[in-house]
Amino acid sequence: MTGANNFSVSGYGPERAGWTRLFARDSLARRLDWPILLSAVALSLIGAALVYSATRNRTEINQGDPYYFLIRHLMNAGIGFGLMIGTIWLGHRTLRTAVPILYGLSVFMILLVLTPLGATINGQRNWLVAGGLSLQPAEFIKITIILGMAMLLATRVDAGDKQYPDHRTVLQALGLAAVPMMIVLLMPDLGTIMVAVVIVLGVLLSSGASNRWVFGLIGAGALGAVAAWRLHVLDEYQINRFAAFANPDLDPAGVGYNTNQARIAIGSGGLFGTGLGHGSQTTGQFVPEQQTDFVFTVAGEELGFVGAGLILLLLGVVLWRACRIARETTELYGTIVAAGIIAWFAFQAFENIGMTLGIMPVAGLPLPFVSYGGSSMFAVWVAIGLLQSIRVQRPMSA
Amino acid sequence: MTNIPETGRTPRVQIRLVVIQILVLSLLGTLGGRLWFLQIRNGDEYAKEASGNHVQQVVQPAVRGSILDARGVPIADNETRLVVSASRTDLLKMQDDGKAVLTKLAGVLGLKAEDVIQKVRLCDAKTPQPCWNGSPYQPIPITDKATPRQALQIRERSEDFPGITAEPEAVRRYAAPGKANTAQVLGYLSPVTDDEITKAKDTDSPYLRSDQVGRSGLERQYDKALRGKAGVTRYEVDNLGRVIGKAKSDKAEPGANLVTSIDARVQRVAEYELDYAMKVARTQFDKITGENYKADSGAVVVMEAKTGRVVAMASQPTYDPNAWVGGISGKDYTALTGKKSNYPLLNRATQGQSAPGSTFKVVSTAAAVEAGYAFDGHYPCTSSYSVGSQVFKNFEGESFGPISLGRALEVSCDTVFYGLADNEWKKDGGINPKKTPKDFFYKAAHQFGLGKETGIDLPNEVTGRVPDRHWKSSYWKANKDAWCKSGKKNGSYVERIAYENCLEGNRMREGDSINYSIGQGDTLVTPVQEAAIYSAVSNGGTLYAPTIGKAIVSADGRTVQEIKPKVNGKLPVSKATLKGMNEAFAGVVTRGTAAWKFGGWPQDKIPLHAKTGTAEVYGKQTTSWLATYSKDYTIIMTISQAGTGSGASGEAVRKIYNALYGVSADGAIDKKKALLPTPQRSLPKIQTDGSIDAPAISKDPAKDQQASQAPKDGTTDPNLPAGTTASPTAVNRVTRRHKARPPKRRGKRILT
Repeated sequence: MTGANNFSVSGYGPERAGWTRLFARDSLARRLDWPILLSAVALSLIGAALVYSATRNRTEINQGDPYYFLIRHLMNAGIGFGLMIGTIWLGHRTLRTAVPILYGLSVFMILLVLTPLGATINGQRNWLVAGGLSLQPAEFIKITIILGMAMLLATRVDAGDKQYPDHRTVLQALGLAAVPMMIVLLMPDLGTIMVAVVIVLGVLLSSGASNRWVFGLIGAGALGAVAAWRLHVLDEYQINRFAAFANPDLDPAGVGYNTNQARIAIGSGGLFGTGLGHGSQTTGQFVPEQQTDFVFTVAGEELGFVGAGLILLLLGVVLWRACRIARETTELYGTIVAAGIIAWFAFQAFENIGMTLGIMPVAGLPLPFVSYGGSSMFAVWVAIGLLQSIRVQRPMSA
Repeated sequence: MTNIPETGRTPRVQIRLVVIQILVLSLLGTLGGRLWFLQIRNGDEYAKEASGNHVQQVVQPAVRGSILDARGVPIADNETRLVVSASRTDLLKMQDDGKAVLTKLAGVLGLKAEDVIQKVRLCDAKTPQPCWNGSPYQPIPITDKATPRQALQIRERSEDFPGITAEPEAVRRYAAPGKANTAQVLGYLSPVTDDEITKAKDTDSPYLRSDQVGRSGLERQYDKALRGKAGVTRYEVDNLGRVIGKAKSDKAEPGANLVTSIDARVQRVAEYELDYAMKVARTQFDKITGENYKADSGAVVVMEAKTGRVVAMASQPTYDPNAWVGGISGKDYTALTGKKSNYPLLNRATQGQSAPGSTFKVVSTAAAVEAGYAFDGHYPCTSSYSVGSQVFKNFEGESFGPISLGRALEVSCDTVFYGLADNEWKKDGGINPKKTPKDFFYKAAHQFGLGKETGIDLPNEVTGRVPDRHWKSSYWKANKDAWCKSGKKNGSYVERIAYENCLEGNRMREGDSINYSIGQGDTLVTPVQEAAIYSAVSNGGTLYAPTIGKAIVSADGRTVQEIKPKVNGKLPVSKATLKGMNEAFAGVVTRGTAAWKFGGWPQDKIPLHAKTGTAEVYGKQTTSWLATYSKDYTIIMTISQAGTGSGASGEAVRKIYNALYGVSADGAIDKKKALLPTPQRSLPKIQTDGSIDAPAISKDPAKDQQASQAPKDGTTDPNLPAGTTASPTAVNRVTRRHKARPPKRRGKRILT
């Protein structure tokens, strides 16, 4: 936590200098949620090891450097860590005022994806490539939807005008979420859509909006799924993934190949795994996208039940502490933001790990902190920053 | 954390937050449970599947061992063809997937680059031929017709041709050295079937999909030894099939060589003489049927008398075993197995059986002595033997007065044996037998090894048949319904037989025993059984299980597993009786039934012994048998539908002896021309590099043999049937009795 003294915490606690101030009672460092932070760091480091193991042999993508992905993963985590510190420094309340700008910016970016600036990678047009850097703006959309909806839903409640957000507000909030979701649907990025729907659900639940809205949304989600399938919004491969999920033995060399090989990799790990770098499924590159979406299979094979269980445990710690933060903060804005992040992390982790275990259909979603990928790494660390900020800035009993 | 802040929020939000928390934790719990299920519960299963993912086998077929004759001349070996192959795994490692290398290779081989590149692509639904249909890890053959020059070019510049090999590969070849094709003895190969693969999966010699398996003859009998063991290299591969490590490697063990007791030269002479004798027989007129002899099949066995080893074994009709190499064509297959083919695949020496005729008298003589009749006693050789209303005539109605058993053998007097057999039948109780009949004549047949396999090392040998009481009763049980249905008391010949059989076919009738004593009726023997019996008479009474395999020698010649002659038993004949028999059989050659064919034979130097036989088969011409032996060899020849034993086979058998001992037509012995005056004792030497020290063999030993005989004896014209040249003298008058034989006798005999 170097540099902790470089940012001012908005006026809580007595003013002291240097280390004393940092660790003083009610100081920033003391009020940070350390279990979340340490778990996130641990997950990122485990991720680095898994990404290295998965990519050291993949000469066709690592440009001959076995450490290519390792170094980049660590760099991404470092940048993410920096973004977290920046978020804490700014504070979620400051960000609240900037929400319109952030929202506009992120929507603009996903619109850019649909222009010639966008790039299609692995059948998904969700990349923005500029000057050697590639970005997935859809990752940031998740944050701005949370922040935007929270702002709209909480303003009048936090001001004490209302006990619950009224229908008009809810409608506005849904409209705010719907715009970027429609754009993402055009890519089409199925994973992000699913995460966004769950986020909206979590946000609405935690805002105290009427039950009708909650159930209505669930119904609309189901209807939307049917419509998407019927109207051929989805690509062939996306429908096939669901078919393969429904019937795992379907075409094990084709559609079902990913899931089949992923399950073999995890299953063969046993209790302690084969040891890092010794998994034959991983060394033999039988599982596609193993450094990104299927990174959990490396853990399953090489670290076994113990290592994969540890990842689940660390994710559990993050989510458990996040729930605590959501419950303990007094302002609805903070609660909603925390709940949105919980819904996001929980669903994304469940979908990602669930698909490698064969209990969820395949969708291109990274495992938070662990999967290789800059945009995702940045987004989840910003989310950690938001959670820390909510905790740090919670109004003390005053 | 110390202060629980007042949230000031409604319980609704609080409750919903708790719900979210529970939901989140249960999701994680689900993942944990599933993880446990996959990794701990079913972990072993997936571990197994994972290991199957990564190992690919490359199989190096073992070279099949050769089959050698007694001196090391290969009668079945492998032809090497230069095969140029490409390793896909190596080619794929190159920047352009090996295109440049393949183009260069096409230049060397004089092929189109495009064709070569197409040959190494893998077949799938979208890829038309040419493409590779086998395992992608197996080297893919580009051509099997490379010249040595091309192969050298590829090998010497191996750095220019990475992943390309030019290796000689083995293809089975039946070389027929000296024109000895030995077809039925060698057998043939055909590809392994799925069934066999599954069956042999867990044995110590599993099959490969590319394997050829011995289907008959020695190829089948010694398949396991000849086949060797294929080499298997297991590679660890990644998902694209790129090799990431070598897991395990078993070197191929080439198949062992089988050294046989066959002498290719003698084999050729035997084959030639059998064929020739049959051709001659077909020019002879059969007075009984009123047409020329058909001579439709035949066999000859040359055996080492002291060991039971087979020096030559020929069967007619025959075929070219090379027809099977590289997959048999439909046309060839029909020609070999169709109804019109007369079944050339059958080895008539071990799978052909017929009534032995008078050659059986060796058994009857032994039985008579066993039963207490003195060998040198006096037994009436009358011209006929009557039982009730039935008259059993001597072969040609001749009578010799009271003679010894030896003399009865020599002149082949049937009535002597009729009398003895009939006497024994009566002693055993006649048509109502005693509880424990002595059955000397039948027991002797079993003791001579008849009615069961000799145990020769060839598959599917038939047993022949001894028509004893046991057989009669079971045969009757199996057939009585049909007999009783079709039998008529006063019907046609066949109907009358059926009628009689229906009534008492389960009993040993007087006529049965009488017929049996001279090898007629229901008795069946195979040529190889006769060979074993007459070898035993020659060697002092030891009955050997005939063998063809002499030793199994590893490809490098280092381990030699000898196949020792196996003794099946002893003849139930005393030394004195054997001596008497020997003299009698020698008499057959000098003054008996075979004498007219062995005039001028140097009997004092190389004593020959013989017994002729002419067996009657209902509805067919007579089967000729000639059993002969010297102190070294036994030669049995039989030709179906060819007349008398001496008439049909005498010349041929004598010529085989001529070849073995170097005897010319006038009886002079030239040791230099002898092919095998004494049996081959030593095994051929096989060098550690696998090469075999084999003597040169002339183009056609049978022709050499004729050439060496013709100048001295100007009368022998190989193109003229033998029967026309040698006219019988007064000495062998008896052999001519065939002509005088009353045609109706057969019917009478069988009616008894």
